[in-house]
Amino acid sequence: MSGIVLGIGLLLVVAIIIAIFRVSTLIGIAKQEGKEGVGKSNKVNAVLLVLFLIGSLTLLFWYSIANFDSYDVPLASEHGAVTDQLFWTTMTVTGIVFLITQALLLVFPFIYRYKKTNQALFYPDNNKLELIWTLVPAVVLTLLIFTGWKAWVDIMDKAPDDSEQIEIMGYQFAWAVRYGGADGELGGSDFRLIDLDNRMGVDFADRKAHDDFIPTEIHVPKGKNVEFKIRATDVIHSVYAPHFRLQMNAVPGLPTSFWFVPTKSTADMREETGDDSFNYELVCNKICGRGHFAMRYIIVVDEPDDYTKWYNSQQAWLKLNPDYMSKVPEELREVAAISAGIDGTTD
Amino acid sequence: MSTTQIHVEAEVHHDDHDHHQSFVQKYIFSEDHKVIAKQFLITGIFWAIIGGGMSIIFRLQLGFPEINLGFLEPILGGWLTPSGKLDSEFYLALVTMHGTIMVFFVLTAGLSGTFSNFLIPLQIGARDMASGFMNMLSYWFFFLSSVIMFVSIFIESGPASGGWTIYPPLSALPEAMSGSGLGMTLWLVSMVFFIASTLLGGINYITTVINMRTEGMSFSRLPLTIWAFFITAVLGLLSFPVLVSAALLLIFDRSFGTSFYLSDIYIAGEALPNIGGSPILFQHLFWFLGHPEVYIVILPALGITSEIISTNSRKPIFGYKAMIGSILGIAVLSFVVWAHHMFITGMNPFLGSIFMFLTLIIAIPSAVKVFNYLTTLWRGNIVLTPAMLFSIGLVSYFISGGLTGLFMGNSAIDIMIHDTYFIVAHFHIVMGAAAFFGMVAGVYHWYPKMFGRMMNAKLGYLHFWISFIGIYLVFFPLHYIGMAGFPRRYYSFTAFDAFSGFTDLNMLVSIAAIVTFGAQFIFVFNFFYSMWRGKRAPENPWRSNTLEWTTPVEPGHGNWPGEIPTVHRWPYDYSKPGAKEDFIPQNIPFSDTPESNLDHEK
Repeated sequence: MSGIVLGIGLLLVVAIIIAIFRVSTLIGIAKQEGKEGVGKSNKVNAVLLVLFLIGSLTLLFWYSIANFDSYDVPLASEHGAVTDQLFWTTMTVTGIVFLITQALLLVFPFIYRYKKTNQALFYPDNNKLELIWTLVPAVVLTLLIFTGWKAWVDIMDKAPDDSEQIEIMGYQFAWAVRYGGADGELGGSDFRLIDLDNRMGVDFADRKAHDDFIPTEIHVPKGKNVEFKIRATDVIHSVYAPHFRLQMNAVPGLPTSFWFVPTKSTADMREETGDDSFNYELVCNKICGRGHFAMRYIIVVDEPDDYTKWYNSQQAWLKLNPDYMSKVPEELREVAAISAGIDGTTD
Repeated sequence: MSTTQIHVEAEVHHDDHDHHQSFVQKYIFSEDHKVIAKQFLITGIFWAIIGGGMSIIFRLQLGFPEINLGFLEPILGGWLTPSGKLDSEFYLALVTMHGTIMVFFVLTAGLSGTFSNFLIPLQIGARDMASGFMNMLSYWFFFLSSVIMFVSIFIESGPASGGWTIYPPLSALPEAMSGSGLGMTLWLVSMVFFIASTLLGGINYITTVINMRTEGMSFSRLPLTIWAFFITAVLGLLSFPVLVSAALLLIFDRSFGTSFYLSDIYIAGEALPNIGGSPILFQHLFWFLGHPEVYIVILPALGITSEIISTNSRKPIFGYKAMIGSILGIAVLSFVVWAHHMFITGMNPFLGSIFMFLTLIIAIPSAVKVFNYLTTLWRGNIVLTPAMLFSIGLVSYFISGGLTGLFMGNSAIDIMIHDTYFIVAHFHIVMGAAAFFGMVAGVYHWYPKMFGRMMNAKLGYLHFWISFIGIYLVFFPLHYIGMAGFPRRYYSFTAFDAFSGFTDLNMLVSIAAIVTFGAQFIFVFNFFYSMWRGKRAPENPWRSNTLEWTTPVEPGHGNWPGEIPTVHRWPYDYSKPGAKEDFIPQNIPFSDTPESNLDHEK
C-alpha cells in the first residue's frame, strides 16, 4: 500500500518538474528572454541571497548560544585549558572573517544586481589591495601559529620523571590497561607471548613484570602527572578522552605516549555536571573494524589518597593467574612469588 | 613550432571531409575531446548518484538509529540483520565506498575529466587534444576501473571497508574485517587503473596547453579555467604515482608476505611473522597523494567559478595575475603539508611543528582568492544565472570550510577534534560541497556548448536553493557534534554516555541530506530532458569572451569549421570603458576597438 502511495507521489513530483520546465520555457520564448535581458528572477534570487544571509546567521547565533552546554565538553586537564583557549581565540578570529566575507558575498549580488542602464566598473587590479590582503592574513596566521606551536611543544614534550605510568593497549575490540604494581615499573611485553589469558603479552622473564596488575578500569590521581604508554596489537586504534583533550593513536609496532594532568576527580565532575552517573570515558577514535563504535573503557580520576589506596589494593596479575608461574624462569620463581604477593611458595 | 603549424594545417584539410564516422567511432571509442568529456560527465553523474545514495543509507542509520530498514532489502539483502538493522561492518563499507567514489570517481574524474577535456581545446583554440587516442584510453581505463569498483560492491565478503584512506594493518589483514579480503583487492586493482587513467589524461592536458595554444594565446592570456586545469594536471602527475607505490607495497604485504606496513601483530588467535614494518609509512605515502588530491578536486572548481563569476559580474576578474599566483602557490605548498593529517598518529611531534607552519601558510593564497572574488563582485552588473548562483555558493562554502581548516591545521587544537565530526564538517564543506558546486556550475554554464541547447533556468534556481540551504543544514550542525567530541565512522553512539546527546540534530541532518539528495534529481532531469526539449542555444548565450563561444553552436570534429581564431587580448575585457558592448571576445583585435583601448593597448 505504502509502495503505491510512494509511487503516485513520485509521479506527481516528476509531473510538476516537467510542468515547470515546459511552462517556463514557453514563457521565456514568449517574452523573448535571453535575447538581451535578464528577467525578474534576477531580483528574486538576489533578494533570496540576502534573506538567506539574515536567516542563517540568526539561526547560527541562536543555536550556538542556546545550546552552548551541549557542545562544550567540560574540561578536566591542565593542557586542555591552553588548547581550549586556542580554540576559542581561533574561533573569534575566524568568526569575524566569516561574518564579513559572507555578508559581502551575499549582499553584493543584491546591491549590484543587473540593470540594463548600469555599467560595471572596469577594475582589473590594484597591487596595494592585493598586498594588504596577503600581508594581513599572513600576520594574523603567524600569531595563531606561534601560540599553537608553543602549546604543542609543551604538550608533546617528554613526560616528567615523576609521572604515573599506565600502559594502554588497544585490540579488536577492547582496551587492556596495565600498572607497574609495587615497584611502579612496567615489565616488558612481546606480541609473540600473547594468548587468550595473557592478552597483553606480558613477558614474565622480566622481573619488573611480576607485580604488574591489570585492572578493569583506569584510575588516575587528580593533580598528578600521568603518562599513558600506548600500543596496539592488531590494527590501529586511537586513545581518545574528550574531557582531557587527549588523543593519540595506538599503532602496532610503534609505541606512542601522551601525558597530562587531570584537574577534576570523577566526583568533582559529577558535581559540576549535576549528573550522578557521570564517568570519564575512553573512546576509540580510529576506524578499527566491526566493533569500533563500542570500545569503551572507564577512566576514574581519584583524589591522590584514594588513588594510593586503590593502587595498593590491586592484586598482581600473576597472583590471579598462578598458572603463568610456569612461564617465569626457574631461578626467578621465588622472587616472583614474593613480588606478586603470593603467600608461601608454589610448585 | 613548425610541427604545430603543419599539424594544424593538416587538421584543417582533414576537417572538410570528415563526416563518415560509425556510431562506435563517434560515441563509444571516440577520440573527440568533446565526446570524451561527455562520457566522463555522464559516468560521473552515475557515480554521484551511487555515492550520494550510500550516504543516505548511512544517514538513515545515524539519524534514526531505531529505524527498520527492511524496505531496503531488495538492495541490501544479506547486509541487513533479520530485525532490519544495518550490519555494522557494512556501515563501514558504505562510509568507505562513499568516500572513495566521491573523492576519486566524481570529483576527480567527473570534474577534471569533464571540464579539462571539454574546455582545454575549446578555450586555447585547438582542434583537439594532443593525443586523441591517449585521451580515449584515459576514459576507458576509468571505465574499467569503475566496473571493477562497482563489482566489488556486490561480492559476498563486501567491498573495501577500512575507510577511504585504507590505513593498514586494517586494510592489509583479511582477519581484521571481511572487507579487507577480496573487496580490498578489487579496490586496489581498480585504483591502479584509475591512476593510469588520470595520468593518461593529465599528460594530455599538460601537453595540449603547452603546445597547442592558438596564435596569440600566450600564457598571460589564458583563461583562469585553463590555468587551473593545467596546474591540476601537474599536481596529479606528480602525486598519483606515489599512491601507486603505496598501493603496490600494500599489495605485497597482503599477498606476498612482505612487512612494509606490518609489525608486532597478533590477530585471530595467532602472532603474525611480520616484523619491522611501519603503518605510519603508508600514511606518509598515502597523504603525499592525499593532500594534493584535495587541491586536485578544488582547483578546477575554482577555475570554473573564476570564469563564471567574471562573466556574470560583467567585470574583469580582479587580480588576474594574483589569481594565477595563488594557484601556483597552492600547488607548490600542497606538496609540503601532507603530514597535517597525521599530527597524532605517533609521528614525531617535531615533524608536527614543521607541518603546522607549512599548513597555515597555504591559507594565505586561499584567502587571496576569496578576497579577489569579492572584489570582482563589487560594483559589478551581476546576472544571477544558475551557474552564477552555484559559483557564489561555492565561494560561500570555500570560506566556511576554509576557515575551519585553521582549527585542524593548528596541531594543538587538532588533538581535541582530530577524527571527530568537526573534520567531517570541514572537508565536506570546503572540498566536497564546494567542488560539487563548481562541477554543477560548470554544467549549467557550458551545457549550451555541450549540447546546443539551454538548460531550464527555473529548475536550476530550484535546484540551487534546495542544494545550497540543504548542504548547509547537513554539514554545519556537524561542527557542533564534532566540538562535542563525537568520533567519525561510528555505527552508533549508544555505547557511550558522552555521546548520548544530539539525537534531534542528527535527525535534522539526515532529513536535510535526504531532501538535498532528492533535489539532485531535479538536476538530473533537467540535464537529460534539456538535451531534447531545451530551448536552442544562441552562439554566445552568456555574452562571454572566451574562444569556445566563437565556435558554431554545436561544434563538430575539429571545433572550428574554418581557421582557428587568433587571440588578441586577455579573456576578461568586460565592461571596458568606451566599448560598444559590455564584452569584447578574445579574438577581436585592438584595431577594431579604438574607442576602448587602454594606453598600452594602442
